[in-house]
Amino acid sequence: MSGVIEASGLGKQYGRKWALRGCTLSIPAGRVVGLVGPNGAGKTTLLHLAVGLLAPSAGSISVLDGKPGDGPDQLAKTGFVAQDTPTYVGLSIKKHLRMGAYLNPNWDGDLAKRRIDSLGLDPRQKAGSLSGGQRAQLALTLAIAKRPELLVLDEPLASLDPLARREFLQDLMTIVAEHGVSVVLSSHLTADLERVCDYVVVLFSSQVQLSGDVNDLLGSHLRLSGVRRDPGSLPADWVVVEETHTDKQSTLLVYTDGAILDPSWSVKPVTLDDLILAYMSQGRSLRPNQGRELGVLR
Amino acid sequence: MIRFTFMQSRASVLVAAIGLGVVAIVLAITGPHLAHVYDAFERSCKAAGDCATAPNPVLNLYKPLQSALPFIVAIVPALVGLFFGAPLIARELETGTFRLAWTQSVTRKRWLAVKLGLVGIAAMAIGGLVTWMADWWASPLDAVNQDRFGFANFSFHGIAPIGYAAFAFALGATAGVLLRRTVAAMAATGAGFVAARVAVTYWVRPYLASPVRESLPLSAGSGAGFLYGDAQGTTDFNAYIHSGVPTPGVGQVVLTAPQVNVPNGWVYSTTAVDKAGHAPTSHYLFPACPVLKQLSRPQPPSSAQLQACVTRLSSTFHTVLAYQPGSRFWPFQWAEMGIFIAAALALCGLTYWWLRRRYS
Repeated sequence: MSGVIEASGLGKQYGRKWALRGCTLSIPAGRVVGLVGPNGAGKTTLLHLAVGLLAPSAGSISVLDGKPGDGPDQLAKTGFVAQDTPTYVGLSIKKHLRMGAYLNPNWDGDLAKRRIDSLGLDPRQKAGSLSGGQRAQLALTLAIAKRPELLVLDEPLASLDPLARREFLQDLMTIVAEHGVSVVLSSHLTADLERVCDYVVVLFSSQVQLSGDVNDLLGSHLRLSGVRRDPGSLPADWVVVEETHTDKQSTLLVYTDGAILDPSWSVKPVTLDDLILAYMSQGRSLRPNQGRELGVLR
Repeated sequence: MIRFTFMQSRASVLVAAIGLGVVAIVLAITGPHLAHVYDAFERSCKAAGDCATAPNPVLNLYKPLQSALPFIVAIVPALVGLFFGAPLIARELETGTFRLAWTQSVTRKRWLAVKLGLVGIAAMAIGGLVTWMADWWASPLDAVNQDRFGFANFSFHGIAPIGYAAFAFALGATAGVLLRRTVAAMAATGAGFVAARVAVTYWVRPYLASPVRESLPLSAGSGAGFLYGDAQGTTDFNAYIHSGVPTPGVGQVVLTAPQVNVPNGWVYSTTAVDKAGHAPTSHYLFPACPVLKQLSRPQPPSSAQLQACVTRLSSTFHTVLAYQPGSRFWPFQWAEMGIFIAAALALCGLTYWWLRRRYS
């Protein structure tokens, strides 16, 4: 089977402006995928295309082997929590759950009720009077009780305080462990992603800069510092993602699958945060033509 | 989706039901009294044989309600458009909940079809019900006035208001999708609805069927008269003035045809013409009736003199009455309802097309 999301040359145009252009990616199943990128990189557009809220202007996207938004069966396969977690202000939590039951064939009412109970929410409370964190939890409950194969979350953490954020992510991890659902989660908070994601996709000005398993990526990137040297003199099998040079010293972030043999380099591991920022700020990507597509490295 | 739509629109339907209930109670309490007074008078005037001359006292009962009822019937479709139609989709777009709704396991097409269909039917039912209640209540009055086809009354009777309600609702939904703001959509709906009603009343309804033309003697009805133009404007001498009467120039005179009543019909115009269909000019009238020259004097001719003049003219001129007979009331009602429902369906199509184009 192919990945949960397969996009090829995917683009979305509004008037003359492209919100997303030439996006090609493959996201494997059973992962918690972090979709990272600066504002305006096209994260929301990509996610909306994946759940069928938008239709592509160019290229193609398939989600769980189907065309997003194409009929009730396809819609039932994906659960979506939109940005700012919209809910019906005038409807109570109970009525939201009833909506879920009315509109989704695979609705798991017990699961929804259990989650609301365990969150300590009063089902009679109107959604309009919930806090941001509670609303996000309600939206997540609606998405998960639908029993989707893929859960798509668009910036679910943006409006939450640090404590609510942590609770939300813990809940999410529990759900993933219990139901084996694939998750795609967008955020610009890389620290949060590090906690939950085992796969990361970096989007920068509508291009996929980096895509791969988090452990593989961390294992194959190194932070090197040492005496200043000419960039041309570096080993040919290194891909320099980021480099800074002072008069005396060179600091590099390199991608390599070999060991560092030169003892004059001081070698440090990288964090996911470093890595994402490096790829975003350099605006460069690891290209298949360099012989190493990270997605297949595992 | 049907059950969800019921759930979502329950509050507004409840408010509408309470409103209808209040109107129903008021009408149910006063209606039988009205009918009773009407019947009692009909019986007694038949016994006395003066039904034609004595006015039925029912016209003086519940005066405020009599004048409020057409207003209520007129306003209900507009309210339905404002409070059922405009927020229907605009609120979802405004608050972002459309992203929640459209990612449930229901296609957007079905979502829209059920929402428009169910709430639209409720809107039409409300428009129909309030009109039906008003018709029932006012039936003794209509029996006396015999004017339900008339310009002012047609829109508040029968089934046309069902079409108005459907149209106002669809207009609200469409405006909501185009403007994406509930309040703006409500304003646009109110303005658009009034414009559509005025346009159909003035520029469509009169042309739905060509009127029946009937020739009558000049002396029929309440009698012909004259309209004289002077420096101050016009002076009428027993003239029946309506929009079809030409305005005479200064020092000119116009022969006006009599007012003719067509029970439950709709009179377009009455004109005084000769056999060739031409109205008399001043050049003809002054020599034919020298007494008309005195119209400009401070002491105008007496009405007996003018009457003699009309009698003389009636050998050459006759009245042409153009009207829609009462039997066309229901065909006109169906046509008017059909026009508005067709427009409503077109708006629903536009809404769907726009939602697909703009939001995907």
